[in-house]
Amino acid sequence: MDVAQLYESLSALDKADLTFWQDAFLKFYRAWFYNDRWMTYFQGLATTIEVTIIALAIGVLLGVVVAVVRTAHDQQRIGKRNFALGVVNLICKVYVTVIRGTPMLVQLMIMGFVIFKTSRNSTMVGALALGINSGAYVAEIIRGGLMSLDPGQNEAGRSLGLNYGDTMRFIIIPQAFKAIVPALGNEFIVLLKDTSLISVIAGKEIVYFAQAITTKTFEAMYPLLITAVIYLIIVLIFTWLQGKLERRLRQSDRR
Amino acid sequence: MIDVKNLSKSFGDHLVLDNIDQHIYPGEKVVVIGPSGSGKSTFLRCLNLLETPTAGTITFNGTEITNPNTNIDLIRRQMGMVFQHFNLFPNMTIRKNITLAPVRTKLMSQAEADEVAVTLLKRVDLLDKADAYPAQLSGGQKQRIAIVRALAMQPKVMLFDEPTSALDPEMVGEVLDVMTELANDGMTMVVVTHEMGFAREVGSRVLFMADGKILEENTPKEFFANPQHERTKIFLSKVL
Repeated sequence: MDVAQLYESLSALDKADLTFWQDAFLKFYRAWFYNDRWMTYFQGLATTIEVTIIALAIGVLLGVVVAVVRTAHDQQRIGKRNFALGVVNLICKVYVTVIRGTPMLVQLMIMGFVIFKTSRNSTMVGALALGINSGAYVAEIIRGGLMSLDPGQNEAGRSLGLNYGDTMRFIIIPQAFKAIVPALGNEFIVLLKDTSLISVIAGKEIVYFAQAITTKTFEAMYPLLITAVIYLIIVLIFTWLQGKLERRLRQSDRR
Repeated sequence: MIDVKNLSKSFGDHLVLDNIDQHIYPGEKVVVIGPSGSGKSTFLRCLNLLETPTAGTITFNGTEITNPNTNIDLIRRQMGMVFQHFNLFPNMTIRKNITLAPVRTKLMSQAEADEVAVTLLKRVDLLDKADAYPAQLSGGQKQRIAIVRALAMQPKVMLFDEPTSALDPEMVGEVLDVMTELANDGMTMVVVTHEMGFAREVGSRVLFMADGKILEENTPKEFFANPQHERTKIFLSKVL
């Protein structure tokens, strides 16, 4: 007997006569197989991944720019302070302070219900809000990585006559990158999971469809459990990939 | 070659260098000694502007390097520096450590730089380590590589900031041998060190610093045999 037939026969029975497992099966069937509902989860997953990638791109871009401006500003030679850089640095500082100082959900709602009130493309609005949010954290992670290096590395590069850009590019950034991969991976996981928040501005990701199913079946447990499992699997895959990357970057360490 | 006038440096309220005048001539091997905290390293680091002086001027071959409009990168290409903690780039092979700067500053092509690296590595007997990473080397080997890395830029003067202070005693000799050989080749050198033997045998002039001032300077022979200043006598009685 296949699952569809089993479902038919069980749903014909009186509810009061069902065992615990039969009841659980019925609820799961309605949350997953019924009307091919499982496809909507994957439709949501596609949006989740799309939003994550766009937000990640925005976040990394913003993060790198802000981190470079902030460190470049802090490392200027005394007597050679650049006014324009000071202004940009101030903007960056305000950005990081505001973003880190307010809740993600509030930022998302401001973006969705105030700034882009008329936009129907809630997926893109959500991706933008998440990217801007992520950028502030990525900036601090990168800045931390750049500052964690021994100042002697910078001095050695500069004393050889390399300019600031080359020293950053060949000496500082490759080493800083290795140091920040764990923190960056963590931020990526947070970002991936935070995409679930865009359901509040009607972004059509996994939670959005899980809720849609709940409104039809009046049963929240299985759609939410399925959602949780999907996220967990994605995060596990990513964690495994990150571990591989870290092992590769450790190439130049003591063997 | 390097002319220092009225050089002062303070970190906050703390005056580290107090109005120093000094001239370093081509071919000289100037050895700077003194108790810790006397400003020796700061003095050396001011010479290539790793520390920005608070007051005074430093002129290198006619260019005033303390002028904010001077392109300091061009000056630093002519001044090699060796650090106490080597500061090799751990993310690159030894070969890359040596060739990065000459190639990026367009002093040499990659092929030329590779050739120079091989020649220099042979000179310090470390050619077999060319494709190793810094983490695989001993302290003495790292410092010899650091010297080679600075030499690859074909500098006119070499600055040494306590090059043997972070080494195990058994490795000090191999580094000093390389430095002695370099001195015999006629390189202009400024060396901050605690190695009195090196100062005596290789130095052409000894500067004794204390409390941010150069208290005494003399030829090594005179300096060690016949110290003038009271502070110098106390210092030498402790270290010799």
